Amino acid sequence: MDKLVIAGREFTSRLLIGTGKYPSHQVMQAAHDASGAAVVTVAVRRVNISDRSKESLLDYIDPKRYFLLPNTAACYTAEDAIRTARLAREVGLSHWVKLEVIGDEKTLFPDNEALLEATRVLVKEGFVVLPYTNDDPVMCRKLEDAGAAAVMPLGAPIGSGLGIQNPNNIRIIKEQAGVPVIVDAGVGTASDATVAMELGADAVLMNTAIALAQDPVSMARAMKLGVEAGRLAFLAGRIPRKSYATASSPAGGTIAAGVRA
Amino acid sequence: MVRITLNGDSRVLERRMTIAELLADLEIDSRRVAVERNYIVVKRDAYGSTHIENGDQIEIVNFVGGG
Repeated sequence: MDKLVIAGREFTSRLLIGTGKYPSHQVMQAAHDASGAAVVTVAVRRVNISDRSKESLLDYIDPKRYFLLPNTAACYTAEDAIRTARLAREVGLSHWVKLEVIGDEKTLFPDNEALLEATRVLVKEGFVVLPYTNDDPVMCRKLEDAGAAAVMPLGAPIGSGLGIQNPNNIRIIKEQAGVPVIVDAGVGTASDATVAMELGADAVLMNTAIALAQDPVSMARAMKLGVEAGRLAFLAGRIPRKSYATASSPAGGTIAAGVRA
Repeated sequence: MVRITLNGDSRVLERRMTIAELLADLEIDSRRVAVERNYIVVKRDAYGSTHIENGDQIEIVNFVGGG
């Protein structure tokens, strides 16, 4: 498949996946392997001071194979997201961030005003900012103008598995974008990922659809194939939609032709 | 004694110490965490020279599973 390029960096896969909610670290590792993903997202949280016995997530992610993309999930203000991004940079020694500023607990929809503000600050500090946003072409353009290295419109609410709710907006976002468009959140199954890619998205980012599938490893492979299928179909150029049939086989020369007169 | 807030909880340190000493006391591998002192990130190479003062707010974070 053709390579995904974000901020001048090449990635071998157009599927980006998360590290949360897997039944175990081992299952996560196997799912990552099956997905073919090159980028995995992680969250930034306080170290558990009283219980240091837990295994580290990083023991199960080979940094030579996967590019770690920290997020600012669960941040509800620009200030918290900015602080979290700065801390993430110090943990991971990378200046890339999946920027989330959440505006509503129930839908986890972004607070776009704060998101734009945080994007501006972090871009100025040299971060490669990948903001999670609504499927809103105007907002995506503002984020790009603010210096975002990609825009990440949601397909549906985080973890909802509803699939691409507004395909036309995703198409418009892609048509006008000068940076990669990564559909982030809302995918439920492989065909959802395919639809996102067929609409022209440069990549798809998901976590729950794989991690909470009954068989996460098989779903990871399904998502890999779904993303590849969608990308190929997009590049191949689909036929126009028509309301009526057009025969695939020749109309003449059938054995019924002789008696027609 | 040094009274601080560590990851949101109040804590008393028996003696004055640096960030590096605090991490060692807590048995935390400094290569996998980031530390914030009073809302400012402390660079890793400054752990040994950054002293924790009375009233400091210290955050120690790491990477966990997320999407």
